Amino acid sequence: MPESVAILEVTGLRKSFGTLEVLRGIDLTVRAQELVFVIGPSGSGKSTLLRCCNRLEEPNEGSIRVDGVELLDPKTDINAMRQRIGMVFQSFNLYPHMTVLANVTLALRKALGKGREEARAIGEAALARVDLADKSSAYPAQLSGGQQQRVAIARAMALEPKIMLFDEPTSSLDPELVGSVLAVMRELRQDGMTMVVVSHEMRFARDAADRVVFMDAGQIVEQGPPDRIFGAPQHARTQSFLADFAA
Amino acid sequence: MDSTTVFLDAFLNRAVIDKYLPDILWGMIITVEVALAVVATGIALGLLLAAVRSFRVRPVNVLIVLFVDVLRALPPLVLILIIYFGLPSVGIRLSGFAVLWLVLSLVLAAFAEEIFWSGILSIRKGQWEAARSTGLTFLQTLTHVILPQAVRMTVPPLTNRTIAITKNTALGAVIGVPEILMQAQTAQSFSGNATPLLLGALAYIVLFVPVVVLGRWLETRFAWGRA
Repeated sequence: MPESVAILEVTGLRKSFGTLEVLRGIDLTVRAQELVFVIGPSGSGKSTLLRCCNRLEEPNEGSIRVDGVELLDPKTDINAMRQRIGMVFQSFNLYPHMTVLANVTLALRKALGKGREEARAIGEAALARVDLADKSSAYPAQLSGGQQQRVAIARAMALEPKIMLFDEPTSSLDPELVGSVLAVMRELRQDGMTMVVVSHEMRFARDAADRVVFMDAGQIVEQGPPDRIFGAPQHARTQSFLADFAA
Repeated sequence: MDSTTVFLDAFLNRAVIDKYLPDILWGMIITVEVALAVVATGIALGLLLAAVRSFRVRPVNVLIVLFVDVLRALPPLVLILIIYFGLPSVGIRLSGFAVLWLVLSLVLAAFAEEIFWSGILSIRKGQWEAARSTGLTFLQTLTHVILPQAVRMTVPPLTNRTIAITKNTALGAVIGVPEILMQAQTAQSFSGNATPLLLGALAYIVLFVPVVVLGRWLETRFAWGRA
């Protein structure tokens, strides 16, 4: 398989909160249409890494290129870049005062400047893709957690991002609702979306990921295809983490 | 005369009512005018200050907090007297109406700013992050995502505070604004009868009870289901 173009290139990334160094030199490349899974113990820095990738956190050092543009360059228009970097949060973060459709179309209208009708058409198409076309006039509080998270995915997808970042997208869902969210993510993958997923859904990682990255204490300990990471992890720390998980 | 007759003569004297009711009604109009002007400018200024404060520019916020604390600490009457009787000696002469409007607007703005600000702070960080992650600017996030939620939450405390401050229009009586209390007091001293004061009280009730009821309605109207 020929190497496809790099969508996300992280080099030498460092981030500290006060005296606590959370990211200690991260290098990570994600290529077009790749699904990269980031796993690791809590506090290993995986969420912080993801949040640096659209500058919700400001890194202290290093470089992050998205689609060839350096995010950390002060001259970069971060708002324009964020339209191309979709983000899905653990707690959904839908806007509770807006309908589902308005949640999806807000950025289309205000950030991309699309007209009401065009935004509506794009928004409804995005909602159809997450199987929620019939909920466009509902309010978030009327939906289940799984439905809310799918709306959040539609909100990010509607902007046609180059890459989507998922920060523990199923961690606050009841077990029976996880499946519907994973199904949507699987479809996105089949449609060729480039994705970085921080999650503990190991089975999904095994089935769907192209590459699994194991992080511990602010560093990438090892990475590789899921078969190798889950089947024959090289590092002691990876082995003990996965053993804890299996137990 | 039995005691009932004495009471009615002192507080509900028919002749006095007939003579001074028009003055009281005129006073109601003035009170409503001042109150509406105060509510409009006070709340708008309060919201503007809270929005500016959310940009967290340190020197600006120090000034806002200073303004808010001073105006919340001072009794409005003190400010009214200082401005009405003090400013003319430096050559600035404002009408009683203008002074009353200005002072009460600033006081309401100070309280409203605090209420809006705590509303803004109560919105979870995830709302900011979700909006910013879709490429919305800080200002777009503030106006479309944060403020609509914050303002809804502030309706009950803001209504209470607004009622409390607009009732202070009665302080206009001290600087000759012909609002309800001024009219009632004048009528009382001309007639030597307390009936106009009771009429004045009734006028306040007629004006403010609907506002209290409206506030309660807004409270339920602006409550929406939360996850």
